[in-house]
Order: sequence, then C-alpha cells, then structure tokens
Amino acid sequence: MYIFDTLVHRMRRGCQTMPYPQEQAPALPDRHGGTLRLDGQKCPDDCQFCTDVCPTKALYRDFDNTKQLDLGRCLFCGACLTACPHGALTQTNDHRMAVRNREDLILGKPDQEELRLAEALDKKLRSMFGRSLRLRQVSAGGCNACEADINVLGTIGWDIGRFGIQYVASPRHADGVLVTGPVTKGMELALRKTWEAIPAPKIAIALGACALSGGPFTGHPEHNQGADSIVPIDLYIPGCPPHPLTILDGYLRLLNRLGKNNK
Amino acid sequence: MKIVAPFSPLVNGSRISWSEIPSFAITELVQTTSDLLDKGARLCSWFVLTEGQDHSIVCVLAMDTESLLAIARSEPVQGSYPSLTPRHPQAHLFEREVWEQSGLVPQNHPWLKPVRYILDQAPANAPFFQVDGPEVHEVAVGPVHAGVIEPGHFRFQCRGEEVLHLEISLGYQHRGIEKHLKGGPHPLTVFQMETIAGDTSIAHATAYATNMEALSGVEAPLRAQWLRALALELERLANHTGDMGALALDVAFLPTSAACGKIRGDFLNLTALLCGNRFGRGLIFPGGCRHDLEPSRLGTLLKKLREHIADAQEAIAWFWDAASVRIRFRDVGVVHTSQARDIGLVGPSARACGLVRDVRFDHPAGWHRFSQAPVAVWPSGDILARAKVRTLEIERSGDYLLEQIKNEVPGPISTTLSSPMPHSLAVTLVEGWRGEVCHVAITDHNGLLRAYKITDPSFHNWTGLALALRGTAVYDFPICNKSFNLSYCGFDL
Ligand code: SF4
Repeated sequence: MYIFDTLVHRMRRGCQTMPYPQEQAPALPDRHGGTLRLDGQKCPDDCQFCTDVCPTKALYRDFDNTKQLDLGRCLFCGACLTACPHGALTQTNDHRMAVRNREDLILGKPDQEELRLAEALDKKLRSMFGRSLRLRQVSAGGCNACEADINVLGTIGWDIGRFGIQYVASPRHADGVLVTGPVTKGMELALRKTWEAIPAPKIAIALGACALSGGPFTGHPEHNQGADSIVPIDLYIPGCPPHPLTILDGYLRLLNRLGKNNK
Repeated sequence: MKIVAPFSPLVNGSRISWSEIPSFAITELVQTTSDLLDKGARLCSWFVLTEGQDHSIVCVLAMDTESLLAIARSEPVQGSYPSLTPRHPQAHLFEREVWEQSGLVPQNHPWLKPVRYILDQAPANAPFFQVDGPEVHEVAVGPVHAGVIEPGHFRFQCRGEEVLHLEISLGYQHRGIEKHLKGGPHPLTVFQMETIAGDTSIAHATAYATNMEALSGVEAPLRAQWLRALALELERLANHTGDMGALALDVAFLPTSAACGKIRGDFLNLTALLCGNRFGRGLIFPGGCRHDLEPSRLGTLLKKLREHIADAQEAIAWFWDAASVRIRFRDVGVVHTSQARDIGLVGPSARACGLVRDVRFDHPAGWHRFSQAPVAVWPSGDILARAKVRTLEIERSGDYLLEQIKNEVPGPISTTLSSPMPHSLAVTLVEGWRGEVCHVAITDHNGLLRAYKITDPSFHNWTGLALALRGTAVYDFPICNKSFNLSYCGFDL
C-alpha cells in the first residue's frame, strides 16, 4: 500500500521547496536576532561592559581605542546585548552575513557599523562555477552542527541542487573545498591533501565560527585557529552554526544567483 | 546501599566530598571494580587524575537495577596495574585513554594503543590489527569520507566481501576540551559543553549545568528542569527522525528519506522557537534556562509539534510497510545481547540488543524524577532492531512531550548559584539521543575544577559498530554505520 500512500501524501503536500530566492527570504526565528550592528561612536571611551562579557573576545578595543566587533569570532550568544547600557550593539534580524575578506567581518569604525557583504566571483570564475559548483566538504574539528546545517540544504525544503550546487565525494571532481572546524592538528594533513587534490581553478569556503577563528575552542593549541592558515579562503560564513539561510545566501552571493529581492 | 560496597553510593546528579570517596590500592580497586561489574554494574567512567607526578584513578559505576551510582578511587599509582579489560572488555578504551594521558600501563591489555594522540598533523594510529592469509585484503577508509560527515579512519580486514575485522581509529577532531577545563569554569566553558557534540548540545549542557548546581548545593528551579526535559526530547526527535531518513536513503527508499530530512529540520526549528538556535545553544546554563515558553509560544510549540510528530510517523510507516526495506535490515549488522553487555553499549544501540537501559528511567534526575517515558527495547540486535527502537522512541518521545507540556509548572526559570564547594566531586548522567552522557566534575581547595571528565555515549558504542561488521559484507558498512550514527567529535573531545 505504501506506493499509493506516498503518492497521496506527495499530492497533498505539493512542492515543499521554498520560493526563496525568487521571493523574499523566510524570517529567522524571532529569538535568533540575525547579525549584529555596532555603532562605535556611541561607546564612551572607558566603557568595557561588552568586552568583559564576550566569551571569545570578539569585542575589543582597537589600538586607536575604537570599539570593534569581529563577527568571525562571534558565537552570537547575545551576552553583549544585555550588557551594553548605551545601545551601541543591536540585532538586525538580518540573515545575510557572508563576506569575501576576513576584515569585512570587523565592525565598529565609522561607515563600518555593519558588515560588508560578499561580492560575487569575477566573471571568469562565474562563467565556470555559476551554474555548477561542486564542493568537497572537509570537517576539521568543530562539533558537527555546521555539517548538520550544510546537510539540511540538501533536503527538499532548501534543495540546493536547483542552483547546481552539489557536495561530491572526490576532490578530483570538486571545484572547491568547504571547510568546517578550526582545523585540528589531526586534520591538518588531510585538509592540505584534499586541497592539493582539487584541480585549479578552485575556491575555498570557511563556514562557522570554528573555521573562521577557532570558535568556542579559540586559543587551544590543539588546532590552527581556523582554516585560513591552511587554505586561501574566498568566502567566510559566520555563525555557530550559521543558519541554513545564511549559508545559502553566502553561496548564492558568491555565484551572483540571488534574485533582486534578496541582494 | 550494601550492594555497591565498598564503593560509595551516589545518586545521579549529586555531590560527594572528596574525602568521603573510598580509596584503595590500585590492585584492590581493579579487583573490586571487577567484582561489581560481575554483579551487573556498568562502567560509566574510568579516568586518571594527574597532579604533579601523582596519578590516581577514579572509577564511576552504575547499578541500574538499584538506581545508584557507585564511586571509588585509587591511591597514587606508578608504572602499571593489572588490566580490567581481559575480564571486562567494556574497560578497554578507558584503559587506553588512561595510558595515553598518564603512561600507566594496564598489564595484559590486549590492544594497547593511543586513542586520540596526534603526531605531526594526523593521529598516531598505526599499526592496525592485520589478518593474514590467502584472499585476505585490507580496505582503508577516511579520514575524509564520501559525504558531509566528520572524519575518522576505518580499517577493514576482509576475505572476499566478508569483513573479518574492523578497526576504528579516531582522534582527528581532538580539540583539547577536557584539558582546558582545568582551573575552570572559564567564560567559554558553557559554550564548549554545548559543542562537545553539536547534535547533543542539550544533553551535554544539561549534564554540565546539573554538575555545577550539585557542586554549589542549589537546584535549578523546577520550571527550568521542565524546559530542559522538553528540549532534550526535541533533540531526540530531530536526530532520530534524521536517522530514519538517512537509513531510508542508504537503501534507496526515497519517500521516507525525503520526508524525514524535511521533518528533522521542522523539529530543529521547534528548538529554535524555544531559544533562537536550532541546536539549542544558549538555552541551558548552570542555574537554569535562559529562555522561557510564554503561553503564546507554548501554544505554537504544541500545535507544530502535533503536526510534525504526525508527519514523522506517517513517513516512517511507509518505510516499515515496504518488505524491500525490512528484508534489507533484517539479520544485518548483528550485535548479540551478551556482546552488548560485555562491551557496555548504551542508548538505542543497547536497547536494540534487548538490554533495558535508559538513564531517564534507571537513574532519573531533574524532571525525570517525576515522569518517565517507557523504555523502548527490541531484541534482535540487527539494523532492523536499531531502526525499530528509534521508531518506538519517536512515538514515545512525542507522547511524552505532549503530555509534559500539559504538566507545565509555573515559576522562575533561573536562580543564582553560590560558588562550587571545594574538594568535591559531582556526577551527572543524562540520556542523550545516542545514549548515556556522563560528566564527572572534581573541585580543588578553591572550588575550581581540578578535573572534568566527559564520556559521550559514542565512547562506549564505537566498539559495537566494529562488532556489528564482523561476518557482514563490506558493502553493508554504510547502513551499519548509519544505524549507529555515532559521534566523532564527542569521542575525540
Ligand atoms: S562553528 Fe559552532 S556549530 Fe560550527 S562546528 Fe564550530 S562549534 Fe560547531
């Protein structure tokens, strides 16, 4: 009977893939809060409420004493939001967070209150990868939640296959590497070999606070404090773990495949 | 209480002062532990406490039938001690770990090698056990696997397609969690607890929070315990549903795999409804919970939960309806009950071998002191049994959640803790979705962490996967592996 049941179920459900990016992105969970904004001018010179509570030292004073927030180190725990009495830190409810340069994740200076979202790949690479991007994922430390939300993009609700993005088994079939985890010493060799085995031209994506900065394990000598000490990174996706929407936005931004509604 | 003598009895989630823990010469500790294991106890943890040149061993046992834990320690040890493993294989990885961390040699350990020691950019895992003979060949897989999965190395000894032996070698994910807890808790500690195994955030965070609460002698408010119990079952539902989908995918039964992949995400979104994060990050901390379920949110949760549970059950029913699926799982990857007992399996993998073991039931702490779901057991030890236990648990977790949501207790969701008591030890077991999560905290004279030992259920269960493969065809490895779905990072720490 299951064939009949499944058919009925399928018809009843209809298409379950979300209309994003043709239509507006779905809202993040209300308690998620999205990315952060830091208005450094609001910070009094000697204030250190937020720097005191930040567990990863994502909030710090620059050498010229401006308050900085490095979203590459941020776990989005929200401790700073409660601690800040001056309204300098705010949630934006925006899921878009992926950037091309590591410095673009650092907020706080005038005109840099928010992060500078990723530009697309250049025309030549886009003509190669724009409609077919095969990634070899390497999990190198971390906690497996980033991997879980990478996998979620393959389910029918998100269906990244429709953009021509696919995770492949062999680095020889890949156009790039997708790294999660802080790159533990134990995975260093494996990541290097995987990267070398991917034919050029190739790209590298670092996903999650771990791969950007060591995440919750920052400072431990058992790892390399992120992927960019091992492979040259083209796209940084922050979060612990990044919401699937943030990941998808990052991929599509890179490939210039976001509809005009979602740029 | 007599049953655990001469060990000290302890209930789950409580504290004992260090001086009350009986201490024995190491040979005596090994002997007594062995006797208690003979009487039906289980080894929850066996670890070394190193201070300067001194090593001593701490042993935590569980007496499931008595709902008691038992604890003892050794006097300082040098050099070596008689191994527990030849008589009680469940000790084998614990003894290897102790040896790796302290150099204490368990004499007559059959396979003494590192657990997660890294040498020059990769774990030092050679040499592997080898089988000799005509037609015998070796298959090496990993650390980078075919899909989006964590790294580990599998070495198969095969004759033709039949697997004679599988050695599983991990350590690739080691990021030094336990070592950096010394002198803590640190500002990052709670975040590291949530990321020991990211799909088990709630269970690990609950174990840690309960330990810290026990050490400071303050219980989290009842409402916080209620919230933690709800979150724990949501975590179980999401992961079990995902596993059912993954099993369906590996036997090419696409309707269930497509549906379950989506429903798993729906359950994760319910956790996000509760705390903003799909994996429950930031919900639990020592002292209580950070987010509450106000009436409207509770209403939404209840409504969506009903829908998703019904969806999950429907999709899983197609799977069991298909003879082609059932036949593919029957008698494949069998672990016998006696083997399961010997190697100390926990969680659904143990219950699928007919062992009635569930921390929520055997050692209730927190909210489970007031209510428990019936334990789901299936006797056959094969993949079919592991899938059946998950199916039953989805059903029972669902019922349990719906029932407990109605038993809402009012009150605050957090309280402030006083500083942890010095010279103490606390143990908490939590039944995570993979099985028993065990955390042991020991404080120094200032109440800071002198040692913190974490045992993820995967630490017990990887050996089960290795045994399941014996006599199985090598092409059945993927479905066997999915049927256990163990954590690499939870093992590697
Ligand atoms: S970034 Fe966070 S979620 Fe991702 S692997 Fe690291 S700890 Fe886990």
